Amino acid sequence: MEADVHTSAVRAERRWALIVGGIIVFLTGMVVYMSLHWAAMPPLRMETIDPATLHLSGEFVESNLGSAREADGSVTVRLLGSQYAFTPQCVLVPRDTPVLIRGTSSDVMHGFSVSDTNVNVMLAPGYISQFRTRFARAGEHVMPCHEFCGIGHAAMWARVKVVEPEEFDRAAANGRANCVKR
Amino acid sequence: MLWHFWIAFAAFFAALLLGEWQMYIRSPLRDWIGNPELYYRSVTAHGSAMGYVFPTLVAMGFGYAIVELSLKQALIGKRWAWAGLGLVVLGTVTAMAPVSMGLASVLYTFYPPLIGNAFYYIGIVLVVVGSWIWVALMSVNLHAWRKAHPGGVVPLPMFANVAGAYLWAWTSLGAAIELLFQIIPVALGLRQTIDAGLARVFFSWTLHAIVYFWLMPAYIAFYTLVPRAIGGRLYSDTMARLSFILFLVFSMPIGVHHLFQDPQVGSGVKFMHAVFTGLVSVPTLLTIFTITASVEIAGRLRGGTGVLGWVKRLPWHNPMMLAVAFSFILLGFGGAGGLINMSYQLDFAVHNTQWITGHFHLIFGGAIVIMYFALAYDLWPHLTGRALKNGRAMRWQLWLWFVGMIVLTFPWHVVGIMGMPRRMAYFDYSDPAVAPQAITVIITFIGGLLLVVSGLLFLLVLARGHRAEQINLPEFTFSQTVHAERTPLALNGYGLWLALMIGLSVVNYGYPISQLIALPQTSVPAVPIGSQP
Repeated sequence: MEADVHTSAVRAERRWALIVGGIIVFLTGMVVYMSLHWAAMPPLRMETIDPATLHLSGEFVESNLGSAREADGSVTVRLLGSQYAFTPQCVLVPRDTPVLIRGTSSDVMHGFSVSDTNVNVMLAPGYISQFRTRFARAGEHVMPCHEFCGIGHAAMWARVKVVEPEEFDRAAANGRANCVKR
Repeated sequence: MLWHFWIAFAAFFAALLLGEWQMYIRSPLRDWIGNPELYYRSVTAHGSAMGYVFPTLVAMGFGYAIVELSLKQALIGKRWAWAGLGLVVLGTVTAMAPVSMGLASVLYTFYPPLIGNAFYYIGIVLVVVGSWIWVALMSVNLHAWRKAHPGGVVPLPMFANVAGAYLWAWTSLGAAIELLFQIIPVALGLRQTIDAGLARVFFSWTLHAIVYFWLMPAYIAFYTLVPRAIGGRLYSDTMARLSFILFLVFSMPIGVHHLFQDPQVGSGVKFMHAVFTGLVSVPTLLTIFTITASVEIAGRLRGGTGVLGWVKRLPWHNPMMLAVAFSFILLGFGGAGGLINMSYQLDFAVHNTQWITGHFHLIFGGAIVIMYFALAYDLWPHLTGRALKNGRAMRWQLWLWFVGMIVLTFPWHVVGIMGMPRRMAYFDYSDPAVAPQAITVIITFIGGLLLVVSGLLFLLVLARGHRAEQINLPEFTFSQTVHAERTPLALNGYGLWLALMIGLSVVNYGYPISQLIALPQTSVPAVPIGSQP
């Protein structure tokens, strides 16, 4: 009797250990699969930039911010976070097109996510963040700053407008496009 | 010990009130806050008190109690213990003064280049140094016991307690390095620039593992108090030791999962930390099995039969029984959320949203604090020499906390998936994109109200305990195991595990840290909080 109880306890313990191991292996496997299959990756390259001079020259000067079509048909969005606004305040992107977001901060830590999408990036001063995505449907999203960046943090919201590719190309005819109302 | 607990609970209650005020401020129940700085000031105080002061003092007080109750020896170094407590209190006051003056509204996560008043950081360092005295005392006391009992098996409570102390010593090092070498020189004006990315890596070293330090007293209560309090037996002593050891080893090398969306850490390191984060769920899952089995024994000893019949026979009127049940339920939800956060790609959807707030409130406020309550109820008669008899009040208190925590955190998970960011002083509910989330903030506010009532009731029960009749207590005991076990040598000491802990953290953190240090030109100008651009 005593031995019976003991063996059944050991069996239960072993079963539980298998379940636990299974959960971990399954989740890790999912991560690997999605990394390889969907190429869904968080920022992975390390690139630095001097926040003190980024508005004077180089990639993040004001005239170079916003969305532009690349030669291969994809779209690159460059944006800047600073206390307490994003530049541009409204990001225009075409529907169903590979989008590369490149961003940095001119002062403190910022970050943003785009509602109803998986876009979620931290912006660190001194570093350039990079994020690849694709917007399936046309529409508008909100884009709040999600890292505390100072007293005005809660007012730091931008918008993302997803439009048909033709409409985007009309807006981007002069190189750069955004949807900030003038 | 009583001082530790009372100061801890006072800080806890003050922070609880601040938390509830924050929920009111950002709910649609009132107009926009006129000065958002007040909100961030309050968040800074709430997080610092709940995250650093309250659990540290509980762990310290409980640790001293364990030395006396399980090793059955007088605490060596009482004077040092008082010095440690003094430092924690001094540090708390030093830190809270600039916070309450609005000079350090930087939140409780140290993310430069935003820099607050130097005294805030110095105060936090003092709290940590005070707790290091406790770590040293735990080690010294265990050493003395070992000397007096050559070859003896260290009692489980002390074994777990010292594992927690070592865990904390190593874990707090990351934030300490960040504070001492990066932030404080800048806050004092000795230096003008700081590497923001590197600072976040150092902070992540502490940031996640600190949770396991909070968890330790709760888990010690699971293993060594619960089975005894409800009339059961501990199912397996070996498994208990293994769980604590696994926490020691795996707590540290996982913190980068907080930086999944950061640009300064490469994807290889991120992936490695995701895998290790998965592994740290193992000791918790082992614990759930062992404690459920121990509770089942109690149910069967009371005459329960069948597959689930034992559940009915459990002593549900016993506050400890209620606490462990509630704690497990909340731990289940919080832990599932944690596995989702760890999952690298799923993290995109929830990173820095209200989901995260929901997750860690479930783990800390739910699973852990409930056990702190139970622990206090259990220890109080032994600390005061007086009976603690308000069974009904205790049950009400636990129920209110449990329900309140669910009402508080479940809406946060929902709006988190909808993309609501955390750390916001207010929301523009007139914006159609935000409007649907308004109702959830009101629900959360109501949950917070329940928690405040519960917290107040908790303090009342303890205070009344001081005026109750004096009693002759039986000797304090910890849980008995089902059958005598031979403790493997490896599970009676820490050598191997400390080596693993340090080795793994050096591997997992050494690479990103050395890479960042080697990277030229990453320091950026510091930005004092509230400065005019």
